[in-house]
Amino acid sequence: MEAAADGTGRPRPSTGRLSWGLPFGRARRRSGLSPSSRLLPTPRRPQVKARAAAGVAEDADSQRTAFLLRKQWSLYSVTPLYRFSEAHLRDYSRLLSAFIAAEKKKGLAVEIGGELDIKVAVTSLPDLKGSDRDQAAILVQLSSRSSASPKNSEEKLVWSGWFCCVAGDELSENLPEAFTCLPLFLVNGAESYTAIVGTWFQKTFDCCFRRLSLSPFNLSWMAAMWTGCKVEKPASATELVFSVPRLPHPLHISYAINLEDAQALWDTVQKTPGEITQEEVDVFMDCLYSHFYRHFKIHLSATKLVKVSTAVASAHCDGIIKFRQSQYLTGVLMLLTELAICQIQ
Amino acid sequence: MQRSHSFKTPKRPLQSRDTNQTDLSAWRKKGRTDPEKSVQDQSPNDQKNDNEQDSLKQAFCYFEEVQDRVSLKNSILQKHLTTVESIALQRGLPPEGFNVLLNVALSGKFADTVNTRLLKSLVPASVIPEDSVVSSVSWLCVSKCSGNVQLLFLKWLITVFDFIDHKEQLHALYGFFFSFLQDEKMCPFVCHLLYLLTRKENVKPFRVRRLLDLQAKMGTQSYLQALLSLYKLFCPELVTITLPGKMKAYFRNPEGPWKAAINTVRQRNQENSQVSRPLFLGTSQPQSRKRKWNTQISIPASSTNKNNLEEDREKKRVDLYSTNESFPVEQLQNFSQLLQNIHRLEFPSQMGSVLTNPLLLHYMNCFKDESVDLRLYYWMDQTLQQECTWCVADNSQYEEEFKNFLETVYKTECFLQEGFSSCEEFLYKSLPLWDGFCCRSQILRFVSWIPLRSCSEIKSHLYDPLAQLFLTSSLYFKCSVLESLKELLQNWLNCHVTHLDSESDSEVNSSNTTLSGLVNVVAELIHFVGWISTVALRLESNHTFLLHFILDFYETVCDMYLRYNLPLLIMPPPGVFYAVLLGMDSVNLNQLCYIMYRYRTNLVTAKENELSKKKILQFKFSNQTYQEYNRYITAMVGCLWTSSAFQKDIHPQGISMDDELLKKTAVPDFKTSFNIVCHPAMMSYAFFYLQQAWPDNTTVDFSLIKGKEWNRYLEYLYLQGLKGLKVFIESSVNRISQASHSKSGNV
Repeated sequence: MEAAADGTGRPRPSTGRLSWGLPFGRARRRSGLSPSSRLLPTPRRPQVKARAAAGVAEDADSQRTAFLLRKQWSLYSVTPLYRFSEAHLRDYSRLLSAFIAAEKKKGLAVEIGGELDIKVAVTSLPDLKGSDRDQAAILVQLSSRSSASPKNSEEKLVWSGWFCCVAGDELSENLPEAFTCLPLFLVNGAESYTAIVGTWFQKTFDCCFRRLSLSPFNLSWMAAMWTGCKVEKPASATELVFSVPRLPHPLHISYAINLEDAQALWDTVQKTPGEITQEEVDVFMDCLYSHFYRHFKIHLSATKLVKVSTAVASAHCDGIIKFRQSQYLTGVLMLLTELAICQIQ
Repeated sequence: MQRSHSFKTPKRPLQSRDTNQTDLSAWRKKGRTDPEKSVQDQSPNDQKNDNEQDSLKQAFCYFEEVQDRVSLKNSILQKHLTTVESIALQRGLPPEGFNVLLNVALSGKFADTVNTRLLKSLVPASVIPEDSVVSSVSWLCVSKCSGNVQLLFLKWLITVFDFIDHKEQLHALYGFFFSFLQDEKMCPFVCHLLYLLTRKENVKPFRVRRLLDLQAKMGTQSYLQALLSLYKLFCPELVTITLPGKMKAYFRNPEGPWKAAINTVRQRNQENSQVSRPLFLGTSQPQSRKRKWNTQISIPASSTNKNNLEEDREKKRVDLYSTNESFPVEQLQNFSQLLQNIHRLEFPSQMGSVLTNPLLLHYMNCFKDESVDLRLYYWMDQTLQQECTWCVADNSQYEEEFKNFLETVYKTECFLQEGFSSCEEFLYKSLPLWDGFCCRSQILRFVSWIPLRSCSEIKSHLYDPLAQLFLTSSLYFKCSVLESLKELLQNWLNCHVTHLDSESDSEVNSSNTTLSGLVNVVAELIHFVGWISTVALRLESNHTFLLHFILDFYETVCDMYLRYNLPLLIMPPPGVFYAVLLGMDSVNLNQLCYIMYRYRTNLVTAKENELSKKKILQFKFSNQTYQEYNRYITAMVGCLWTSSAFQKDIHPQGISMDDELLKKTAVPDFKTSFNIVCHPAMMSYAFFYLQQAWPDNTTVDFSLIKGKEWNRYLEYLYLQGLKGLKVFIESSVNRISQASHSKSGNV
């Protein structure tokens, strides 16, 4: 059987490879960590360990970021923001809400000073970062007030998006001071709001947004990495979804593996704990493929991996992610940050 | 819609009459009518449209030319008025109509009822030209119209404010609008208008005072407070009174008939033309429906960076010296403005907009700043990658758009005389996937602007994928690749020369490219071209056209030492040299002669420099280069002059052959078959020369050309424009002794 990733991944320049295979000899140097250790989820990182020892702090942490779990987030990469300042978040909320109002009523006189039906909150999420060198994550929330009883009715969250950077040193360390490095943008909500908010950020901070899709190659890395993560609560099975190319009707193959089985397999594949190599990922996937072939006589390596769903998180090739464990949130974000940086460099 | 015309009414009777016509066409007509039934139904509409257009034009003409006061009951006036009203409410008025109608309505020619009706029908179909608004303000100033019409006009202006195509001149009228505040009736609407117009520079102490006076006179009115609070937002130091923090609504929505009509018109326009929606709102581009918000090539319009919050304001207060406000880029119109304001100009909020603004490109050229370059780099890099029609699936339908974008970027590179690194990276990423067809000329032009770096991985990123395409594509593709590689070489050499100049000026090594590194990169390019040329000549069986492009490249190569001060000369490979020397084409042969002459001049100068100031020279040409040159020159002289092509040629890949072997070929006079008379490329010249010299001679005898005749023939050749041959023979052939070998050996 052929190598798993190559058989399915069509070469696309944007997302073809993870960034350690830097496509171009640019001046920027990577940090000394080996690529695989950089990709590992955070629980083994010293800062997090220290925090976990504090116990209480961790609980507070997970509460503050709990609302990010179990939601579908669409991924974007964002080039560095020019002249962004965390000191002006309140001004940004005000300007953005005015912009939204203007966009919605485009072309007709705007009633000025009246209550706006969309409220904007731009806040900082200081807990979401890998190290002190990372910029704190920025959360943008749009909520609407029902016009019927404006006073007492609750505000309803209609759209949220957040910028974040977890261990994005390699991008941020060479940037001039005027730039803020928040390369990953995650969105949940209507596309029309994404368009307005994105346009405002593009106009105000001269940045560019691009959808961040996940190649089958990256998905197989996620499948292997996340299988190796220990989860306390009883968790669902690992599921891989493949799509069969060149058929008149779309055909998807779902391949579910018991968590314990997958973990046992991974344990036999992984040589050094705390480190993952490309070879190990390939072996892991090949084992799964050959098992499948023995039963169904289908070569999964000839299909395209489109979705990976594990107890840690699930990821779809269109660039959609769902976090399941707050414990591994920063770990997953670190990998996504790396992919986002790869796309903008 | 093209086809729908064939179904227009006049043809229909025909169709119904000939029902038993030839089956095929009847079937076709029927078959075509069915799916386009909707189109057919519209065709009377189309005709109606044309009629409407005509009557609207007539109405405009009428209103433009009408001189005297016309009675309201005049039927012509009524007719035109109704036309304008009905069309305006249905589909909106075209931009050119506003000037005419506003002039009439505000000049007081007609009774107020007519003016009101005209104003009420001013519904824009797309945009409202700024000029028409400016001229109506001047009508307002001479107050020819009644107060009611004035009020209605102001309400209209507020409602359609966003439809005015430009607003610069309107902003210049700020003072006029402000003076209207004294009219008590107009005051609320003028306040609203000023609220829309006010910029920071409009906030002046005397205006604040006037507003406060008005407030004292009229009591706290919401509209005055709105304007004051805006003034306070811009200049808190000028407005010291406290204003209520939140108001329900500062301005009442100007009630008017337009809003509903505008909405109807817009909906209608959107339905009718899904492809091209009219441009609303000045410079912002409408997004096409199919594409996502962030995936669209639109070069942003240059606009001032509005991201100036308190921080900047504080900075200004601290920095006492900078009394000047920054100059908004929107107002930058000409070069003299640029010169006057260069010290207080700021880059636009989106760097991408400089691409279409040559003035800002000038500014960028003299204002080297890392963050400026980085902003442009990121924007261009992302746009190129995202919009690339062959790297991203489903993008192929936007090829034209992408082509235009590439064109713009290329023009910018030419303007700046500098390649963008984002374009370089884009090339490296996209070339392996490129089919060599899509946006061909744009991509190949990009190649010519790859920046010169001393240690580059250009081989694997550019040469390998390019060679693959080159060898498998058509002759014309090969020629265009060679052309762009020639331009690349020239750009590199120019870049090197300008660096040399700047270094000698400032004595600072500004570039991190060492000379030896640079020599290596250039040598690599020349060797690459030599290699692909050799292979291509075989594939295309020494095509003349291809040879021409190859020689063009070497015309730059042979002069690098003298023209560009680069200590490097590389001879063309034998596959190229002999293909030209023994080829059938005199133009190419002439060019080769010129090139060899330039090689000689360069090499001689190098040798002289080497002998005179031996110590200073860091680089000297290897003996191999001289040897290669000598071998070539020997072959050439033998081939063109001494008729000893087979004997004297000492090049290992040359045509030296034994006399015995040559005799076996049974070619008569093989000895003289290569000289300027009998060379296949020259023979036609010799033929015409003979005809001219001996018009009566019917047999062609080339052996007549010798001795004095040889010299005359040579003059004839020079007159025919073979200048390359001339300089070559004059420099490389020793006319008295035949020892050309020893002479060239001296070099």
